[in-house]
Amino acid sequence: MADDHTVLMDGEGIKRALTRIAHEVLERNKGVADIVLIGIRSGGAFIADGIARQISIIEGGAVPLGTVDITLYRDDCSGQLPHQAVGITEIPFSLEAKKVILVDDVLYTGRTIRAAMDALMDFGRPQSIQLAVLIDRGHRELPIRADFVGRNVPTSQKENVQVIFDGLNQPIEVVLEK
Amino acid sequence: MAEFKHKHIIALRDLSKGDIELLISTAESMREINSRDIKKVPTLRGKTIINLFYEASTRTRTSFEIAGKRLSADTVNITTSSSSATKGETLADTALNLLAMKPDIIVMRHSVSGSHYFLANKVNCSILNAGDGAHEHPSQGLLDMLTMKDRFGRLDGLKVAIIGDITHSRVARSNIQGLTKLGSKVFLAGPPTMMPPGVEKLGDVTVCATMNEALQDADVVMMLRIQQERQGKTLMPNTREYSRYFGLNPNNIKLAKPNAMVMHPGPINRGVEMSSSMVDGNQSWILKQVENGVAVRMSMLYHVCGGELE
Repeated sequence: MADDHTVLMDGEGIKRALTRIAHEVLERNKGVADIVLIGIRSGGAFIADGIARQISIIEGGAVPLGTVDITLYRDDCSGQLPHQAVGITEIPFSLEAKKVILVDDVLYTGRTIRAAMDALMDFGRPQSIQLAVLIDRGHRELPIRADFVGRNVPTSQKENVQVIFDGLNQPIEVVLEK
Repeated sequence: MAEFKHKHIIALRDLSKGDIELLISTAESMREINSRDIKKVPTLRGKTIINLFYEASTRTRTSFEIAGKRLSADTVNITTSSSSATKGETLADTALNLLAMKPDIIVMRHSVSGSHYFLANKVNCSILNAGDGAHEHPSQGLLDMLTMKDRFGRLDGLKVAIIGDITHSRVARSNIQGLTKLGSKVFLAGPPTMMPPGVEKLGDVTVCATMNEALQDADVVMMLRIQQERQGKTLMPNTREYSRYFGLNPNNIKLAKPNAMVMHPGPINRGVEMSSSMVDGNQSWILKQVENGVAVRMSMLYHVCGGELE
């Protein structure tokens, strides 16, 4: 492996982290009642899928799973940059009075989470929103913190943390690029 | 990642296959917003859109207005019957005056083909074409393609019959430009007086001698409106005769593929270009076209706001 490319977690490590997050979510919320998982497209949606699967293994029932695309809620849309393609938001259930577990792969500035929360509010008034992330790499620019973290990774702003997915959208490793 | 780099959308002729695919896929994502309880996203907050309509319109103007509002832009409508155009103000003067109020996008419909290119050279905001004379109607072309994609999942290889007054139809021109870029085969039929010479040079386009020839095995049948306001009295003897040779009815639709899509850009002259039973029948996708119109226009407004100056 080259010096500018460090593997932080492998597939097994990621799976163990997601299993622990699933247990923590259930412990904090005392079971699956009223819980819905919403993943942020695209990496967060795959991670949410993994957590949902662990929860259903532990509790023996599926939890509602949705996907949110935050492109239309970004705070840098007004510049003259070409606008990105917009992904589909799929929340086929009401969020009214639900405990929403918002899921992303990497937590960085917090701007994506701010945008995602604004999007969720347009789908009703949840009882609470809790944040689960696989990696927290620091450098927040907004007052946002995660409730469930797979791994805290101190980074410099010049570095880049990426979760790599395989063709079936399963996370296979987390890499730090310098 | 695909990026849209145009500041204006005046004609589908000016867009690449990739541009058109991006506009359609964004519209597919935008559609979800229209089914929410709160039908609004903050994306174009603070942007001002002027809808400047020099010709009558119900669908397109309402659709553009709703699209702008669902993206949180401020939309202002100007119809010329109540504007200074009736006092003789020129298009250039109207545009410069509107520009002084700092709009971000002007959506215009005008009876003169190419007037949007003229306007785009005079202003520094985005120009969207909501129909110009007999030139193009890009938002209609895009929403038609989105509706076909809904049904077939693809546009490549589809046989699309477009029937009626091709000469005066900006809808036909935008569909021909867009569909041929995305790999569909277009077959045209209409009275010879309404068929522009050289139209087959626009792409994979076949001009058919009869309507039946165009309908044969078609996946999509698109009927055009007889534009009585545009043509003189010389192009056809009367609407009854037109209907007999170029009207869609439960008999001739059988020539098309079973369960072929029937489309019409509206407004419909019932009993002229198609029988009422076809308009309201289960092969009709006409209201789905209107529904898709809002999402397509949201996509267009969203992408031109991020476009660069050409």
